[in-house]
Amino acid sequence: MNGLLDILIDIASTPAILVALIAVLGLILQKKPVSDIMRGGIKTFVGFLVVTAGAGVVQGSLEPFGEMFKVAFNMQGVVPNNEAIVAMALTKYGTSTALIMLVGMVFNILIARFTRFKYIYLTGHATLYMSCMIAVILSVTGFTSAPLILLGGLALGIANTLSPAILQPFMKQITGNDQVALGHTGGVGYAISGLVGKIFGNKAKSTEDIKFPKGLAFLRDSTVSITITMGIIYVIVAIFTGGDYITANLSSGTNHIIYAVQQAGTFAAGVFVILAGVRLILAEIVPAFKGISEKLVPNAKPALDCPIVFPYAPNAVLLGFFSSFIGGLVSMALMILTGGVIIIPGVVPHFFCGATAGVFGNATGGLRGAVLGSFIQGILISYLPVFLMPVLGGLGFADSTFSDADYGVTGIFLGGLSNAGGKIAVIVGILVVLGIMFALTMMKKEKSTENNA
Amino acid sequence: MMKFAAVCGSGLGSSFMVEMNINSVLKKLGVEDVEVSHYDMGSAGPDLADVFFVAADLADSATHLGEVIVLNSIIDMDELTQKVTAVCQEKGLLS
Repeated sequence: MNGLLDILIDIASTPAILVALIAVLGLILQKKPVSDIMRGGIKTFVGFLVVTAGAGVVQGSLEPFGEMFKVAFNMQGVVPNNEAIVAMALTKYGTSTALIMLVGMVFNILIARFTRFKYIYLTGHATLYMSCMIAVILSVTGFTSAPLILLGGLALGIANTLSPAILQPFMKQITGNDQVALGHTGGVGYAISGLVGKIFGNKAKSTEDIKFPKGLAFLRDSTVSITITMGIIYVIVAIFTGGDYITANLSSGTNHIIYAVQQAGTFAAGVFVILAGVRLILAEIVPAFKGISEKLVPNAKPALDCPIVFPYAPNAVLLGFFSSFIGGLVSMALMILTGGVIIIPGVVPHFFCGATAGVFGNATGGLRGAVLGSFIQGILISYLPVFLMPVLGGLGFADSTFSDADYGVTGIFLGGLSNAGGKIAVIVGILVVLGIMFALTMMKKEKSTENNA
Repeated sequence: MMKFAAVCGSGLGSSFMVEMNINSVLKKLGVEDVEVSHYDMGSAGPDLADVFFVAADLADSATHLGEVIVLNSIIDMDELTQKVTAVCQEKGLLS
């Protein structure tokens, strides 16, 4: 009897098998043929192991980076990259991440069904990464087993309905209809960019009125852009570390510049592998979630990934990226002056979040709105990680961290409550937010009945 | 078997969504012999599929892929239905 129980516990605590079982569950609920269920389950299982393998590669390139940075500047240098930090965290928090993701999707459907926040968050990788961060913070707070999974799932369900909700007024302006919502972890940053555009912008001159060179198209290939920017960063740090130190301690004799370039390429390779794994993990889970939610909450709006807004303002996409990246560079300069942790602008978050912030700023405030809005968002995603890292426990000392604004806001909210009053404060905080969402739903209902009378 | 692929910057979110939408269009049309997948700009190559679908903002980065269908809006089901139908007719998948 005990033997069977042990096997069940081992299955539940092997995240690769667990996510495969979640995918199988989704496939069964959709009444797929047995061959599809087998294939989907196996690919999800392998996908998780691919992510773990990618984590090793990324870590292998970040550790020497962290060491070089310390030797060169005597400070902790951190490159925010969601894929890198999630892959590293999954090796320890895989089981709770997978279960929080599952419960969170159930809560997302329930919240969309019973409140006015009718958004179904279909950006699977963002849901996975957010589950992972919540799993880390709540575990650091001291939650385990059922309370960890339930509370984490509830927090995820709330985050995934609130983020699209605050963006919907802007989305109506951008897309010209109220059919789709934005589901991406940069939510708070986009809302701020939209507001900055509204206050300081000038709608008369749009980003789309200017002509842009087309030669920058190759930057849309993330392997290329990661390798270029990381290459520059690694080489600069390697020069400051000095060739003698690197050849003696890190590169076993290879020239320090060549070593730096190779490590930058290794980082890009690791992210490439992780992305392939994440794609395998999500391939079955997201369509299942989509199908089930469409049946249970037919009038909900799908919240989709950030590039859905890119075609509405392609120039704002590029301007937003540059402007956000400059915001990141300015922040880094300020951090070097003030001391402490140095957040090095990562190209991936600044691209996706900066570009989207650019589109939002342009919608409310034209060219000036796009540039200012995404600049502010660039500063935001540089400083939020500084306050997020202390609540991540041991992971807070990693050489990478979560980058997008919603990770910062959600993480600092949960971590701040945990520091202020431990478990009780976290439970109360999450329930209060849920209570406010229900209260807003009731108020709207009363209002609409008054209008009808 | 014919292969279609949706491509976006990171190959995670929006290409996946376009893939699911292409699948539902194909189902509506009754076309069965097509495999749909999604890729990121870096790993997508001309051999991976017969027809590629990309958003307008990526059109310039996707010229090396061969047969590329550019979507002006990746959330517009009417546009996608129309373009997928046209491709299926051209490839002889629709009678």
